[in-house]
Amino acid sequence: MIQTDICIIGAGPVGLFAVFEAGLLKMRCHLVDTLPQIGGQLSEIYPHKPIYDIPGYPDIKAQELVDRLMEQIAPFHPGFTLGERVETLDKQEDGSIIVGTSDGTKIHCQVVVIAGGLGCFEPRKPEIEGLLSFEGKGVEYMVKNPEHFRDKKVILAGGGDSALDWTIFLTNVAERVTLIHRGDTFRGAPDSAEKVFELAQEGKIDLILQSNLLSVAGNGRLESVSVVGRDKVTKTLETDYLIPLFGLSPKLGPIADWGLNIEKSAIHVDTFDYSTNVERIYAIGDINTYPGKLKLILCGFHEAALMVQSAFKYVYPDQKLSFKYTTVYGVNEF
Amino acid sequence: MNSDIIRFTVEDRNGEQQTVEVPDEISLSLMEVLKASGYNILATCGGMALCATCHVQVLEGLDALEPAGDEEMDMLDTLHDAGFDSRLACQIRIHENLNGSVFRIRGDEQ
Repeated sequence: MIQTDICIIGAGPVGLFAVFEAGLLKMRCHLVDTLPQIGGQLSEIYPHKPIYDIPGYPDIKAQELVDRLMEQIAPFHPGFTLGERVETLDKQEDGSIIVGTSDGTKIHCQVVVIAGGLGCFEPRKPEIEGLLSFEGKGVEYMVKNPEHFRDKKVILAGGGDSALDWTIFLTNVAERVTLIHRGDTFRGAPDSAEKVFELAQEGKIDLILQSNLLSVAGNGRLESVSVVGRDKVTKTLETDYLIPLFGLSPKLGPIADWGLNIEKSAIHVDTFDYSTNVERIYAIGDINTYPGKLKLILCGFHEAALMVQSAFKYVYPDQKLSFKYTTVYGVNEF
Repeated sequence: MNSDIIRFTVEDRNGEQQTVEVPDEISLSLMEVLKASGYNILATCGGMALCATCHVQVLEGLDALEPAGDEEMDMLDTLHDAGFDSRLACQIRIHENLNGSVFRIRGDEQ
């Protein structure tokens, strides 16, 4: 089991900066994020977009801000568990908390800080008949390990870059790849689109355009997928796997089940210290709400600074906290 | 300066239609107006055409709108339920060409 002082749920800019503020008070942090990389929506949604309201930076690209934050918190050696979703928070008799993830990782901590932003990014699921009942039985929403599909019949659906990229990649792995797209052109990277059309012309893949998924069927495991064209003609295709790739959408997920005071997917906090209604659980950044709340990165940074002052008493119950400036005391690595 | 009022119709996820009125000098996108009018729209990316959660279907008035740009078309391509009348509300500026349009909200709920 991982031991730490503060477990931070969400490795976006606010979660990362909380490591710095906690570090100044000698508190260790471990971060968990459902995404496979750090940076939250900055890295996932708009890495190349400039941000203009970070104090001291007239403009800074989102990914660069993440990189700078990583540099800033390096002296405090935070731990990371990426690609796993926090599912459970178990209160212990001494008040400490054990955080459990979707992959069974356990983190024992004194304080939990939810810096979950918009929630967990989850794949968008097309609303088609029977889809949910075949999840894990032929329906996958991402390609974690391409070898999984070796010598299998695979149908991909979608028209974005990931649909194009995986179609190209899996052509040489799977027995047969079929790509279904509702349009007749692809607007993803032109090179990838061209390559997909080439593969189709060479007969190496099946390309079904101007068509949408209609339903899935099988006996315990996925066996076939039906598609309907713009001409209203329905086709049924035999397959081992269906991979719908329609982007990611944020969902609150298990956070909703932890007894927190939640309204419209945001957690109510006390602006004194950004504590929630559950002792030892704080919420900072875009995921919280209070009168006057603005969803700005700089507001999340402020919230992180105030939060650690309050969290200190759970990590060091016998010590008195005295406020210190970095200009006087510097940043002391541990 | 007198401002004119732009009127268009919005259909929520329950099929209920309501007229929305906005002054024409307002410098906002349709997504921002819909959010400010209390419609439940996620608008994850805040208006950068990067998340497609403000997906609307233009039931009337599609041709009067400025055509979708490349970034918007790219995002619409990632949606499973987008049609030829689909747009991202964040990429539609409030302008008099919206008069009489009808928009149906389709994107992810908050």
